[in-house]
Amino acid sequence: MSKSEAGSGGALKRLMENPWLLLLLGVVLPTISYTVWGWIELWNLPKAVLP
Amino acid sequence: MATTVPGAMPIPSRPVKGNHSPGEVRTCDTTGLPVCITAQKFVKLHAVAAVIFLLIGGVGAILLGLTRWPAVHLLSAEWYYRILTLHGLNMLIFWILNFEIAILYFVPTTLLNTRLYSAGLAWVGFILMTVGALMVDYIIFAGKADVLMTSYVPLLAHPVFYLGIILHAVGALIGVGNYFGTIYIAKRDHTYEGSVPLVVFGATAAAIIAVVTLLHGAVTLIPTWLWSIGLMGPPDPGWYRITWWGLGHMSQQVNVCAMVAVWYLLATLTTGAKPISEAVCRGAFVLYILFINVASAHHILVDPGVGASWKIWNTSYAMYLAVLASMIHGFTVPGSVEVAMRKKGYDQGLFGWLVSAPWSNPGFSGFFLSLVIFGFGGGITGVVLGTQQINIMAHNTLRIPGHFHVTVVGGTTLAFMALTYYVVPLVFRKEFYARGLCRLQTWLFAAGITMVAVGMSFAGSYGVPRRTWDAEHSGATFAVGVDPGAHVMLGLLGVGAIVAFTALFLFIGLVVAAVFFGKSNAGKAMEPWHVERAVPQAARSAHADPDHYVPGTVVLTGVFLACFAVYYFANWKWLADVWWVR
Repeated sequence: MSKSEAGSGGALKRLMENPWLLLLLGVVLPTISYTVWGWIELWNLPKAVLP
Repeated sequence: MATTVPGAMPIPSRPVKGNHSPGEVRTCDTTGLPVCITAQKFVKLHAVAAVIFLLIGGVGAILLGLTRWPAVHLLSAEWYYRILTLHGLNMLIFWILNFEIAILYFVPTTLLNTRLYSAGLAWVGFILMTVGALMVDYIIFAGKADVLMTSYVPLLAHPVFYLGIILHAVGALIGVGNYFGTIYIAKRDHTYEGSVPLVVFGATAAAIIAVVTLLHGAVTLIPTWLWSIGLMGPPDPGWYRITWWGLGHMSQQVNVCAMVAVWYLLATLTTGAKPISEAVCRGAFVLYILFINVASAHHILVDPGVGASWKIWNTSYAMYLAVLASMIHGFTVPGSVEVAMRKKGYDQGLFGWLVSAPWSNPGFSGFFLSLVIFGFGGGITGVVLGTQQINIMAHNTLRIPGHFHVTVVGGTTLAFMALTYYVVPLVFRKEFYARGLCRLQTWLFAAGITMVAVGMSFAGSYGVPRRTWDAEHSGATFAVGVDPGAHVMLGLLGVGAIVAFTALFLFIGLVVAAVFFGKSNAGKAMEPWHVERAVPQAARSAHADPDHYVPGTVVLTGVFLACFAVYYFANWKWLADVWWVR
């Protein structure tokens, strides 16, 4: 196994062993990708103009 | 030393050396695992509450099924929407969340040999969940919350409706917090060595997803409740829909995660299977944690307020990483069963291991049927319906409930039913009566819910809308007309609802009879659900890599991918035929 493979396996293993980091990522990622981005899209909607 | 029970897995017994107070732990007479007495009490409470809400939701289900069947059309419009609200909340929130909290209390305390973090928090959580759910059910029956589960603004329900859901969600969040406290003290007190078992890892993934879910519930429903009591104006409907689906769909991802963890647990309990690759299975759970929650965007695919980039990123690029995780589990779970069965000598041909599997064990049949129904039914339809272009044809049709009845009901509920056939003898320490009926129940439920989902999906393909009381739109100025084929499918839905409800009612009857009147097995091992036939060592084949020899699972996976491709391209062809493009 190369050094970089060992390093990346180690980082992934450390992530899997750390429920608090997983909790942080699990809350932040979908909140940004789905919720906050969705709200920003709504806030940036131009007001409809009546005919 | 190992505890061996015919038909059950041999689990190495180990000395109880956790962090329990004296008298607060017992050793399971079947598995040899430690059982925290405090956690056991709350597992029982939540399991009983779950089954009660399952019954309420189930009664709603049969009434709805017999209303959507045009030949019967049982309920009035007013009661249809009332019961639809009741059914959705009891099945998708109250039954499932109660059972999941029971799992979150049982799994770490037993598998990590630790005490529950806080009995006080467990009481507060249980009381809030129960009071909240009862408030919601009361106000629905009172006719003051006919807003369906989604309660889309500007529909307005009585304040008690929103407050009840908020209390239930806060109670569940406290239960999840108690879970994290439990794994914290287990690590602090060194009650286990090395990494946590895979089932605990899966439960942790479910708990993390639950946190996101319940936070979205609070963010959505607290302002909506304040609006209902006149303290603020109505929330923006577009904002409400996006944020509410953070509760509505993410809660179903908690189910997926908990269900997969239960699959691994039941594969072990019923066949002695071990994960083919711990690292790959854990990696798949990490993909769930990071990416599965964005699937909520499926519900917003026809909303004009958000752009294509948001829709396509969340439902395709990011979401497909979670689909990849499901396909990994869909391979490793049956693969682990195949490895275990072949090692026992059930090694004939491609599928000898599957034919010889313990189908007479409701724990196994329920789990494996759940796996098949979820994968072939829910997985394939989910990805197809989540494709933006195809969603335009299917949105708000009965195809959508057709999809989630094979994920949440045929998948999660059936898996939880299968687990119950072990929870009652191992936690309540009571034996089931009428074991032949127990064996029949999982098959009957699987058949019924599959009929329901097929009926819904194909009726939806004919354009029958979801939620609507009268598919024919009787009395409309212009006749809408529904294809006769849709009537056949709605009839299939109705018959399936009768079969599924019969199985559900049977399940509840069997559980109640066992819990309250069953023969105690305290002090001895549970009665095995099946006895394995011994295979002589000489008759067993030798493979170069027996831990990864899964040719049958590879073929099954190929069949799955072929079905996926056919359904996917059939839908694109269908979309192409909607308009004539020349």
